[in-house]
Amino acid sequence: MENAGSARTYLTARDAGLINCTTCGRVSSADETACARCGAALASRDTQSLQKVWAWWIAGIIAFVPANLYPMLKTATLGTETESTLLGGILELVHHGSLGIAAIVFFASIVIPASKFLAVAYLALSIGRPSRFTAHRRHQIYKVVEFVGRWSMIDVFVVAILTALVQLGSAASIHPGIAAVSFALSVAFTMLSAQSFDARLIWDADKEPHT
Amino acid sequence: MENQAVVLTPQDKADLQDLVACPVCDTLARYSSVPQGGQGRCARCHHVLIMPRENAMTRIVMLAVTGAILMVSAVSFPFLTIETHGLRQQASVLDTILAYSDGLMVPLSLAMAALIVVLPLMRLAAILYTVAPMALWHHAARGAAQAFRLAETLKPWAMAEVFIVGVAVALVKVGGLATLTIGPAFWAFAALVLVTVMNDNFMSSLIIWKTLEARGRI
Repeated sequence: MENAGSARTYLTARDAGLINCTTCGRVSSADETACARCGAALASRDTQSLQKVWAWWIAGIIAFVPANLYPMLKTATLGTETESTLLGGILELVHHGSLGIAAIVFFASIVIPASKFLAVAYLALSIGRPSRFTAHRRHQIYKVVEFVGRWSMIDVFVVAILTALVQLGSAASIHPGIAAVSFALSVAFTMLSAQSFDARLIWDADKEPHT
Repeated sequence: MENQAVVLTPQDKADLQDLVACPVCDTLARYSSVPQGGQGRCARCHHVLIMPRENAMTRIVMLAVTGAILMVSAVSFPFLTIETHGLRQQASVLDTILAYSDGLMVPLSLAMAALIVVLPLMRLAAILYTVAPMALWHHAARGAAQAFRLAETLKPWAMAEVFIVGVAVALVKVGGLATLTIGPAFWAFAALVLVTVMNDNFMSSLIIWKTLEARGRI
């Protein structure tokens, strides 16, 4: 894990003519199609990985557009109804002075989804091309993307809690807007996109010993 | 886990049992014992391969049972109450899930139920089904491999902890406008999140797979 200076070559399962099970780590011989330990389907590399990544990625982008354009929240106070979009809700929080919460929501629902799209696209494009970043760096990017994806769902939950809670008759009531659905879909699609990515592809290009 | 230059002939498949391949970078390594509380990492990409913990199985069973009980109480106890100008509204976790039950948004209600309650419970049940028989009677139950594979697949989709952060954000949003009372369900949910995190810390999936294979009828 350390000694960055030593140049080492690593023997991969594929080079050894074996197949690695990504579910349970068992090593099987190349003629097996299902893992004898955990039953998962075996493939030395998921050859359709990038296709799946891009398909879910595009679906995610498509769902992300209405999520930002349509209202996320409809607030009715004493007869007047206001609709607020994702960005509008954040601006409202800033207006109220809750900068910390505004920052959390801004990160979870705008910055994270947007940078996730960029990061996944970058990783997918960097396969089979010379890359500015080392495999280690790209693997770190992938881990962050995978970890962070589900946290974007926060906003959908916040809207649900507000809707359930703020039902005070004519004084104040909150209803969800249609953007919540497309936002949830967008988060789910990007999670699937990141999961379809075969991390082993990052390392295949990194054959020469790194320094 | 150091990776020696392993010379393999196709016929010694039995020898493959000693090998482990990193799921991230495909590098082969010898399966070696790691001291309790330590971590065995892949030499090339540093991915944590195994992470043995003392009495891990007993602890996993206990934490999973605790988690299931907490989830049941989180769903049945009062969750949040809001009060302002004599008006009062109580919301349970179920009300929160049903928030999207209007017209076009019904599927989102189903998804909420799945993400917050159903999938976390299913995951706990699958973990219990895998580990409890091995902890109690040494042998694994029939279908334990499928159950554990399900638990691993569900992991990213069980979002109880995301939900609890969502609750915190919502509370701040309405906190200034009305009086809020936090019910026992909230604390049950918060405890559930802690229990889940601890549980995941004791679970090293590679070790569970190895144990399942050694003891089970896979």
